[in-house]
Amino acid sequence: MADVSKSKPLAWIGQVLLYGFFALLIGVFSSWPTYRHLPPDQALIKVSFSHQGKPVSDCRSATPQELAKLPPNMRAPQICPRERSPIAVELDLDGVNALRHVAAPSGLSRDGASAFYQRMQVAAGTHRLVVRLKDDVRSPGFDFVREATVTLKPAQILVIDFDPGKGGITLQ
Amino acid sequence: MHPLRAIRLYALAGFRRLERVFDAAFGSGLNPLRHLGALGFMLFWLLAVSGIYLYVVLDTSAEGAYRSIDQLSRVPWQLGGILRSLHRYAADGLIVVTLAHLLREGLHGRYSGFRRFSWLTGIPLLLLSYVNAVGGFWLNWDQLGQFSALATAEWLDQLPLFGSPLTRNFLGADAVSDRLFSLFVFVHVGVPLLLVFGLWFHVQRVARAKVFPPRRLALGTAATLLALALAAPVASQGPANLVVAPTALAYDWLLLFVHPLTYFTSPAFVWFALTGALLVLFALPVMPHPAPAPIAVVDADNCNGCRRCFDDCPYAAVTMVPHPMRGVRELAKVDADLCASCGICVGACPSSSPFRSAAELVTGIDMPSAPIGMLRQQLVKGLAALGNQPYKVAVFGCDHGVDVRQLTGPDVVAFSLMCAAQLPPSFVEYALRDGAAGVLVTACAEGSCEYRLGQRWTAERLQGTREPHLRTSVPRERLALAWAGAGDESAVHQALQSLRQRITAAAGPMSANAAPVRG
Repeated sequence: MADVSKSKPLAWIGQVLLYGFFALLIGVFSSWPTYRHLPPDQALIKVSFSHQGKPVSDCRSATPQELAKLPPNMRAPQICPRERSPIAVELDLDGVNALRHVAAPSGLSRDGASAFYQRMQVAAGTHRLVVRLKDDVRSPGFDFVREATVTLKPAQILVIDFDPGKGGITLQ
Repeated sequence: MHPLRAIRLYALAGFRRLERVFDAAFGSGLNPLRHLGALGFMLFWLLAVSGIYLYVVLDTSAEGAYRSIDQLSRVPWQLGGILRSLHRYAADGLIVVTLAHLLREGLHGRYSGFRRFSWLTGIPLLLLSYVNAVGGFWLNWDQLGQFSALATAEWLDQLPLFGSPLTRNFLGADAVSDRLFSLFVFVHVGVPLLLVFGLWFHVQRVARAKVFPPRRLALGTAATLLALALAAPVASQGPANLVVAPTALAYDWLLLFVHPLTYFTSPAFVWFALTGALLVLFALPVMPHPAPAPIAVVDADNCNGCRRCFDDCPYAAVTMVPHPMRGVRELAKVDADLCASCGICVGACPSSSPFRSAAELVTGIDMPSAPIGMLRQQLVKGLAALGNQPYKVAVFGCDHGVDVRQLTGPDVVAFSLMCAAQLPPSFVEYALRDGAAGVLVTACAEGSCEYRLGQRWTAERLQGTREPHLRTSVPRERLALAWAGAGDESAVHQALQSLRQRITAAAGPMSANAAPVRG
């Protein structure tokens, strides 16, 4: 078969059209249509934490029998559980519960941190927030509670985190 | 026929129609649809070269990345911006041609048997290309990069892979540290290195792999991308700001479609869809397939160790080993896993000459399902069966191109071979000496040979530029060549008609009833 591209002007036009189609395909879909991830009147609330809960029970004194079973260099007077409490979190938004979650501790022995991330789309404007967090199964009720009224601009991201060093539940 | 196979063949027919549209514009040899793999290689290297420049100017810190890329537009004559745009559009182009390459090979059913290795090593390359492309957006660290990085983290967090959610790396204005940004850089530099290794593996079992398209096609493609970069330069979309969610984004749907899909459905759905698609692609080679034809067999008594089959095998299935009986000579050896049963080696073997005097033609390397000796017998019988027809024509075609058996007629005897290159060129001369007035050899269109190199080797052998060659004493006006794939029957009919007119005219009116001269 002859090389048509060398001989026919129509073939040249065809090439230009097909190259043009390739450019159009790439050029158009590399920037169009515009993607609107968030409607213009919405904001985001992100609830996230990575925190190690309290031990599931108190330390206790080892009995003489228990100590005797251990090598001399491992005879600690107190036995403390490795397992940590799961962390429960709740968020009420304008008086309505919007989030309730219990994050299990990580690790095979359930002795690691509990981690959580959740994003919520809310209408921009003023909202009343109540955040509750419980990190100790031994205590009744929630260990940390934070109430706040926030005004969110459109597209603003409010992060609700937990940092014991900053007093517990943080809003940023 | 299995319904899935029927669907595949129906879709293949549609793809072939599209190829013919491209043939009309580019010619079959330069048809980009027949060079998709090579175009992918070219675009990868274009990305590598432009990427090295971008890496040199990139400030690899979370604070400075956006500024350093944004400043590219201030390079004299906007060369930096053009290069950046070329980088992005080459990435888009790479994905487009890679997907088209996957589609084309899949429609041809090229995923089993000796092609299994190339298929299986090709799928991860597509995945790596996407990973690399997505990671590239993060380095710019504009709002699109911010959105993509966060969307990727949210998607990955669906799997219990990390102790702490990846998304926690993007909470708050100062959350993204230089250390995390170094990870972005590592992804976008490390994955291309994996791609290089992957590409090397991908073509390991292919001899003379086409890793660069024909020059005109390469220049045309590069010029197209350059024109696009000039006409629509890529621009940053404002610096990343983690306290504000990006709202309206000029979005690259070719490379980042997975994020909107994730938010439109769910991360779990996208994981399920991706895993399912990969499983299907990986499972295709192990699905039931028709039994492959028996592989080539070497006859030690007739192999002289000339290495032509070794040179011509498109899949490097032939190696040379010491000949067990002939001292310093070598012997061809066929690797059963690599052999495509195409018969190209038979056409390359000098012992396949039909002029050999042995009553039974046994060659050095042969196909058990269609021995060359049988072809000689069929040719002799076929020409004899045409009786006293004055202008007999012998047609040799290929099982994967136009079905030449439909050309059989009162003056035509046709043979469909496994590949046109299975035909030793001496058979053309033999047919002419044995009563044929003309010979038509047809193979797949240029660049679309089922066995990659069969059409090329056939053309070169018959043109006398490759061994074994057709002797120069053979009158070329009595030989016609037609490179036409399945569905392009008209081209072969036209070539046959043209050959008939030529041999009739050459014979002249006085010899209208004369048989062709025997040599």
